[in-house]
Amino acid sequence: MPQNSLLIRIFLILALFILAFISIFIGVRDISFSDINHLDDDDTLVIVVSRIPRLISILIAGVGMSVSGLIVQQIALNKFVSPTTMGTLDATKMGILLSMILFPAGGMLTKMTFSFFIALLASIIFLKIAAQIKYRSLIFVPLVGIVFGNIIAAIATFFAYKYNVVQNMEGWLVGDFSYIIKGNYEILYLAIPVVIISYLYAHKFTIVGLGEDAAKSLGLNHKQIVYLGLFLISITATVVVLTAGVIPFLGLIVPNIVSILFGDNLKKTLPYTGLIGAIFLLVCDMISRTIAFPYEVPIGLTVSIIGGVVFLGLVLKKVRYV
Amino acid sequence: MIEVKNVSKSYGERVILNDISVSFPEGKIVALIGGNGTGKSTLLSIISRLVKKDEGEINLLNQDVFEMTHREFAKKLSILKQANHPNVRLTIRELVAFGRFPHSQGRLTATDEQKVDEGISFMRLTDIQHNYLDELSGGQRQRAFLAMLLVQDTDYILLDEPLNNLDLRHSVDIMKTLRALADDFGKTIIVVVHDINFAVSYADYIVALKNQKILYYGPTAEIIQEDRLKEIFDLEMRIISHDNCKYCIYFK
Repeated sequence: MPQNSLLIRIFLILALFILAFISIFIGVRDISFSDINHLDDDDTLVIVVSRIPRLISILIAGVGMSVSGLIVQQIALNKFVSPTTMGTLDATKMGILLSMILFPAGGMLTKMTFSFFIALLASIIFLKIAAQIKYRSLIFVPLVGIVFGNIIAAIATFFAYKYNVVQNMEGWLVGDFSYIIKGNYEILYLAIPVVIISYLYAHKFTIVGLGEDAAKSLGLNHKQIVYLGLFLISITATVVVLTAGVIPFLGLIVPNIVSILFGDNLKKTLPYTGLIGAIFLLVCDMISRTIAFPYEVPIGLTVSIIGGVVFLGLVLKKVRYV
Repeated sequence: MIEVKNVSKSYGERVILNDISVSFPEGKIVALIGGNGTGKSTLLSIISRLVKKDEGEINLLNQDVFEMTHREFAKKLSILKQANHPNVRLTIRELVAFGRFPHSQGRLTATDEQKVDEGISFMRLTDIQHNYLDELSGGQRQRAFLAMLLVQDTDYILLDEPLNNLDLRHSVDIMKTLRALADDFGKTIIVVVHDINFAVSYADYIVALKNQKILYYGPTAEIIQEDRLKEIFDLEMRIISHDNCKYCIYFK
């Protein structure tokens, strides 16, 4: 069994490398494999300034969002909760908007701070609401989260109209990696330590998934781990939304697929979640870039369509079992 | 020794426990009995710190339980609640291994692995130890959680209706296991049981709760009297003796 899982890991890592390599050669400027030994200055510039930053940000966002989904699912004890279905992403957008209204001259750091705190606050509020729900069904809790997210989005939109920043808002509505160039995506690196910390705490997050009573009986400081989890996902959500925009479904479907295939023992499954998340997002990005070549479809759209279909399949499968 | 002193608990207007004092002797099985809503589960939850008390004191070996660290407490006392079985996809072995968490914090030593093996085989789960919990029957899952509790290896074990979901054979198995844990390993066990005959057959002491208070507390033989049982359960019971054991008859 361990040998088998090692093979799967090697296969996934290999697949990721190959896809990543291919993705560098997709784009409006025609650079092919055969040119690799005699790139001119412009080619090198395109690769270094645009293609590689784009690739890195997709990998980080893919890993980060999937792992975030996994962690909130453990915390909320619900497989259909994710940063998209609990208001966290809407709250990040609201935070960015507020910082634009209150500190129009503020830079990335101001936006990030605002957006992080509002995302964290919204996540905490969602958990408190979810804890009050008597009928904790698989579908009902995320539905409440979606409503909660829509309320936040509605409030944000109201202020956006009032202060004439609707157009600025649009940029964060649908995830899009085409604007990413060297110099404007580096805050995404913050998601890397977040993933590492998540892995170090994998056992504790698994125990949180056994429920509060069982976790406490095993001597876990339940509250501390829950808040740590919300803190981590708020950082990831903030940096991803600020650089690429909202990427829906990723945090929802990737952990579910991994759970069906490999179970819920996070120490074992978190690497799979990250790898599959990165591969999934990279494939979606490559489709977005080639389907209407030389134009580009926003990746949020591709992810939504593919993710939506997969999600529907998961819902139907789960509902049959539960 | 677990000492409960003047503990009260209410949710808003609704009083659950009213000034409860009781101490649980070492190495014995104590059964908590009483009708629904008499506060049995709440009392267990308060002792195990899962629910905050409004007033009173809980001492474990003369130390206030609320002053212990999470880990220190989890090495001494474990609890299995009736409802803590969410739909997680862990294998039986993965789950049981988490019982060692208070001791090893996730890094299992050879001793830990051995204890996990023992716990699994004790609950007769060895053949299915690599199956996922969500593929098991209710009874198998219950036994997996009990195995985790065994592996946690605490001196004090609290169980909230452990016989839920179990068929008769496994119920008897579990009660025999508890008996062995008390007799052979000196564990102190407090268990909420609904079936009075299991309490009569296996418990050393019985605590009967009614109207938010302790109605009776004493050695099992003293509590098992027709007039007292009628008062506890509001139900006519007949006690018969068979092979020196008492049984309560109340079905008709």
